[in-house]
Amino acid sequence: MAAKKYVCKVCGYVHEGKEAPGVCPLCKAAASEFEAVKEAKKGLDTNSDVYAIIYSVVMVVIVAFLLAGVSSVLKPTQDANIELDKKKQILSSLNIKGQDDAATVYANVVKADIIVDAEGNVKAEQGGFDDKNVKDGEYALYIAEVDGARKYILPMTGNGLWGGIWGYLALNDDCNTIYGVYFSHASETPGLGAEIAGDKFQSKFPGRKVYRDGDVALTIVKGVKDETVEVNAISGATITCNGVNDMLKHKLNPYYNYLKKQATAIPATELVPAEPVAEEENVEPAAADAAQENVEE
Amino acid sequence: MGLFSKKNKEALNTPLLKENPVTVQVLGICSALAVTSKLEPAIVMGLSVTIIVAMANVIISLIRNTIPMRIRIIVQLVVVAALVTLVSEILKAFAYDVSVQLSVYIGLIITNCILMGRLEAFAMQNKPWPSFLDGIGNGVGYAMILVVVAFFRELFGSGTLFNYPVFEKLGLYEIGYINNGLMLLAPAAFFLIACVIWYQRAKDKSLQEK
Repeated sequence: MAAKKYVCKVCGYVHEGKEAPGVCPLCKAAASEFEAVKEAKKGLDTNSDVYAIIYSVVMVVIVAFLLAGVSSVLKPTQDANIELDKKKQILSSLNIKGQDDAATVYANVVKADIIVDAEGNVKAEQGGFDDKNVKDGEYALYIAEVDGARKYILPMTGNGLWGGIWGYLALNDDCNTIYGVYFSHASETPGLGAEIAGDKFQSKFPGRKVYRDGDVALTIVKGVKDETVEVNAISGATITCNGVNDMLKHKLNPYYNYLKKQATAIPATELVPAEPVAEEENVEPAAADAAQENVEE
Repeated sequence: MGLFSKKNKEALNTPLLKENPVTVQVLGICSALAVTSKLEPAIVMGLSVTIIVAMANVIISLIRNTIPMRIRIIVQLVVVAALVTLVSEILKAFAYDVSVQLSVYIGLIITNCILMGRLEAFAMQNKPWPSFLDGIGNGVGYAMILVVVAFFRELFGSGTLFNYPVFEKLGLYEIGYINNGLMLLAPAAFFLIACVIWYQRAKDKSLQEK
């Protein structure tokens, strides 16, 4: 089988023979217009169905094993990172930031991670750090000590515009005044909703009260009228701020009964009954840009 | 065939200006809108895309002769998705802070049209080394535009650069400057990219249609 195939580049005529014909019998093109057709590699027809199916199966199996392998090898390191990051976030709500050795600082500062229920009973004295230990209707709560004073740290989770938001809120030992907050988010818009993770927003919280009349009164609003419980919103991030409000309202509420018990145990309570609030006319003008709504991308 | 023969240099150089993926081929616009309201995510996104395009190009180029033509897009997609997942896992294990910052963007890389475009148009026909250079060239070409757009959006939208309050330090707010909120929204990225395209076409007559 010495015969080779030649194809005419002008009309597509296929000639079989040892060499190209002098002229193309169909279109009379010269021999130079003929091109040798390369024989497909033996046994490997890359266009056959069987080959395509086998190829895709092999490819998927290789990729699956590769990813599963990498994932299981890296899992312990990743979990350690996530745990360390959670500790950093909790410390951050206590205004302890940028610690290189967060794990040690955390161990020194945070005294207990208890679990409470909505009636105010303590369900477990330890183990609130691990989400697996916290059942439905139970809530983790961290107790820390900063400069000899007791702080309560309440974790929160909620939904922003594009994805999850979460945070930690640290209370002074009167169980109502905010000592510090930490907010973060999965995928809020940079420059708008993502600003909830910034110092500029979070620094407005310390000193504000959380509860009043047995309910969560802390809100984010446009134009602060009541300096005790209201915080100025971020303009252009309405939906994210609404998400933070929902989160505050629903996630802080279950802690009220527990905190009330703590507050009566410690004198100097402001939690119950509600204190009369001095109305302050302090309306901050909302930033005058057109970007009031979160309409993007 | 030197490592940097004329053809290879072209693979590296042309995507920077003449064949820029964003301004000339108009690819990857979606992510150019999403990540450019601040400089930092723009740079990280540009870097990750560069690395992943280059790696995907090399892998596809290595197996290009074995890929069945009919399922080649799926094969390319699997390679890209596997790479992105790998990079994301490795970042989570060894550079957790970076991976937190990137969060969704790393997933967005899979949908970046530049990747599929380069795999289909270049890596399927070329050897691994030129494909690698082509990937680097396109990634850097993309990153350049992101950085330019992000620079203006962050500067005029937030008055900062890398979160450093430039305008505040310059005292612009005292003389009545107000941050331009439009800059932080997606349309501003369109305007800026359009301006870059305008400038580039005005400079380079060969890009203009007759």
